[in-house]
Amino acid sequence: MKFAVIVFPGSNCDVDMYHAIKDELGEEVEYVWHDAESLDEYDGILLPGGFSYGDYLRSGAIARFSRVMQEVVKAAEAGKPVLGVCNGFQILLEAGLLPGAMRRNESLSFICKPVDLVVQNNQTMFTGEYQPNQTISIPVAHGEGNYYCDEETLAALKANHQIVFTYRNNPNGSLADIAGIVNEKGNVLGMMPHPERAVDVLLGSADGLKLFQSIVKTWREAHVVNA
Amino acid sequence: MYKVKVFVTLRESVLDPQGKAVTHSLNSLNYHEVTDVRIGKYMELTIEKSERNIDEVVNEICTKLLANPVIEDYRYEVEEVVAQ
Repeated sequence: MKFAVIVFPGSNCDVDMYHAIKDELGEEVEYVWHDAESLDEYDGILLPGGFSYGDYLRSGAIARFSRVMQEVVKAAEAGKPVLGVCNGFQILLEAGLLPGAMRRNESLSFICKPVDLVVQNNQTMFTGEYQPNQTISIPVAHGEGNYYCDEETLAALKANHQIVFTYRNNPNGSLADIAGIVNEKGNVLGMMPHPERAVDVLLGSADGLKLFQSIVKTWREAHVVNA
Repeated sequence: MYKVKVFVTLRESVLDPQGKAVTHSLNSLNYHEVTDVRIGKYMELTIEKSERNIDEVVNEICTKLLANPVIEDYRYEVEEVVAQ
């Protein structure tokens, strides 16, 4: 399986994402610059964390109009797995690929620490390798991860089981403890915690690796004969 | 040419953590009459005249980029000026 790590000016978790895929997951991966005009050759699209365009105006607001985002939309429509982490999640929200928006953390502090997440839905292409309601430890690092959507949207997220990860102890004021959501189709995941920073026990946790393994397993089952 | 002043604010229904912190700070400075602060953004745009209606252009710009309609409202003022 071949992944693309999209690099915007100001991305800073792109190298971690690349490392997680290449060295820990053992799959093919390439960096793709924000002005790329095609993502056809990639099977999975990864939008890393960071501060694209300096977070000017709003997090993700300017990156969302990058040339490559038209291709990310196409990839999402084609059913390819699209994962946005942290700033990547914010870009997916701004692009309208996921519902809602991010506010400043309730405490106004930038929060950088490992947090416990509950796997609310393990029936997605991103979470198949986790147990239902499993608690996993993944680090967060953000100043604007306080998820918000209106009541109607929240009801729809709940009804369609689109809330994939919740915080066990809400660090940022996020609505309904939301840490990660998928789109209705289930192939676009946005999450504030960084699974790519939790792929080796040496660094505190390897709980994030299963997320990437889930993507690969789902893809193999669909694309490789006798998988 | 137009000078357009755009004000972007969080929607009333959305809690403003920055505004809350500033309210507390003002209260602790003994301004107890301050009951609420809402923090927003102010932008000045210079826009050349075109065949398109200025309100149409500004509304489009605001909904597309300057404000996020999920959490923010905007209003604006248009002033027509002579090009320098």
